[in-house]
Amino acid sequence: MTEAVENTGAHGQEPSRRDFIYIATGGALAVGGAFTIWPFIDQMNPAADTLALASTEVNIAELEEGQEITVIYRERPHFVRRRTAAEVEAARDVNIAALPDRDARNFNLGDGAPATDENRSAMTAEIAEGVEIEDALRASLLVTSANCTHLGCVPTEGAGDYGAWFCPCHGSHYDTSGRIRRGPAPENLSVPVMTFTSASVLRLG
Amino acid sequence: MSGPSTYEPKTGFTKWLDARLPIVRLGWDSFVDFPTPRNLNYWYTFGGILTVCLMIQIITGIVLAMHYVPHIDHAFASVQRIDRDVNYGWLIRSIHAVGASMFFLAVYMHIFRGLYYGSYKAPRELLWILGVVIYLLMMAAAFLGYVLPWGQMSYWGAMVITNLLGAFPLVGGPITEWLWGGFSVGNATLNRFFSLHYLIPFLIAGVVGLHIWALHVPGNNNPTGIEVKSNRDTLPFHPYYTSKDGFAIVLFMVIFAFFVFYWPDALGHSDNFIPADPLVTPALIVPEWYLLPFYAILRAVPDKLGGVLLMFGAIGILFVLPWLDTSKVRSMRYRPLARWFFGFFIVACLGLGWAGAELPDTPVPGLGAIGVDFLLLGRVLTIYYFAYFLVILPILGFVEKPSERPASIEESVLGSKSKPAPAAVPAE
Ligand code: FES
Repeated sequence: MTEAVENTGAHGQEPSRRDFIYIATGGALAVGGAFTIWPFIDQMNPAADTLALASTEVNIAELEEGQEITVIYRERPHFVRRRTAAEVEAARDVNIAALPDRDARNFNLGDGAPATDENRSAMTAEIAEGVEIEDALRASLLVTSANCTHLGCVPTEGAGDYGAWFCPCHGSHYDTSGRIRRGPAPENLSVPVMTFTSASVLRLG
Repeated sequence: MSGPSTYEPKTGFTKWLDARLPIVRLGWDSFVDFPTPRNLNYWYTFGGILTVCLMIQIITGIVLAMHYVPHIDHAFASVQRIDRDVNYGWLIRSIHAVGASMFFLAVYMHIFRGLYYGSYKAPRELLWILGVVIYLLMMAAAFLGYVLPWGQMSYWGAMVITNLLGAFPLVGGPITEWLWGGFSVGNATLNRFFSLHYLIPFLIAGVVGLHIWALHVPGNNNPTGIEVKSNRDTLPFHPYYTSKDGFAIVLFMVIFAFFVFYWPDALGHSDNFIPADPLVTPALIVPEWYLLPFYAILRAVPDKLGGVLLMFGAIGILFVLPWLDTSKVRSMRYRPLARWFFGFFIVACLGLGWAGAELPDTPVPGLGAIGVDFLLLGRVLTIYYFAYFLVILPILGFVEKPSERPASIEESVLGSKSKPAPAAVPAE
């Protein structure tokens, strides 16, 4: 009698071959399903050619003091500004502890660097071997992303409470170091990786 | 409410078909014989109008997709080409663009109707929730569609909205890049938005099917909010409501046609006739009119994540509305207090829309003298918006004394024999 009950499987207490097949199939479906779904999710991520987007070279020799140009680097606009002495002065004359975002947000430095003007300017750019660059020029150059860290609009030059950038979309004010000072934007404008490849060329990326 | 089917196939073919695929029976039970409260007023015609809107969008959309080029270098020009060179392209694109606005106009009427007559209350909670899902899908479809012409508003609207997701800690950054398929809104983004814009209307059609199914189990609510008690409370859907809906659809189409032919660009934004330029943001970025109230809520909060959460919350709260309203009485027709708060709620929604369309620092006309700008207006109205759902409706159920209700739907229409019939009972 016990023999018969065991063989009927599902009705008895012992797991049967059918239970095993059932669980194994379910498991294979779950794991296989996850592996199948992943390619369909991952295909939305930036493609290889997008990721390989070359760096951007900026000619800084023709940049006048107080002039600003906008360049595209990795699909995004970036401000390249050669600041006047007064603007650098104003940017340095700031109490870091009182800033809304105290991180330098500089890809040349990594996380945690304080948001001093030195840490945001092209002073942090690498200098290729044999290239000579004046300190004053490096300190005056500021390169930042041109997308407001709130929702991505391009701030207007020379406007706002700090005379630097003002984002018209929801009213964010940035100072002459590209740091957020007032408004809804949470972070300072980020500084891309930079290298002086010659006395007149700054390479982003 | 759906009783046994009364459909009787008459011809040999329909008998043969009915035994195999009872599709005619389904149509008969759903749209011909379906018993419907006899007191539905014109506010109840928007369901039918919305069905027509969906069909118009799908048909015109399929045609437009034959001529549109989803590439950042060609999209803007291809839309201009549709307007100028494609035979009747101007007409079809205008119908599609105006149609989006008409669709939202109708859905807002439909939603406010449901709010006023308590159509979200048991046993219609799921019906209501499915409706909110449709509304969400509609907003997604409209947003994606607005990006396709690749004008300045398209581009910057896409930028601002996709950046909203970046507000979420940790996952925000990767999710936005995943959505863009790049480092910013670009060609990859435009391509996938086109693909999804084409997909969503069919999802909507599917959920509409569920919505109607969920409607046909308990049957229509009605202006009295009283359940159907006997056959005398109802009329067959056809011809009574097919004709009423049909008449309303024709009237709606007159308005629709007015915009299509005489004012096709009135509901859009002039900046969208400038090709997208990633280097220059327009001075004032505004979404389409039907999303303005949510935009105002977003801007009411000085914090990025807070604003995003509140904006999503404004829609999310609709999902739980059936459990927030504690009143036993469905229709606000018999809720003297709720009716007032509902009126203010409509004003608040319109006011939020206004606030969303203006720059935050602009003084409100007439109130500027006392220091009220649109930011402050938006904040006050945002508070009311949430208070309506979270405070007013829950409390009102306990403190409000409902007025007297008719004994049945029939009585509300035809008057009761026991009482001296009021001279003119509102026919609705
Ligand atoms: S995008 Fe700049 S303030 Fe919102």
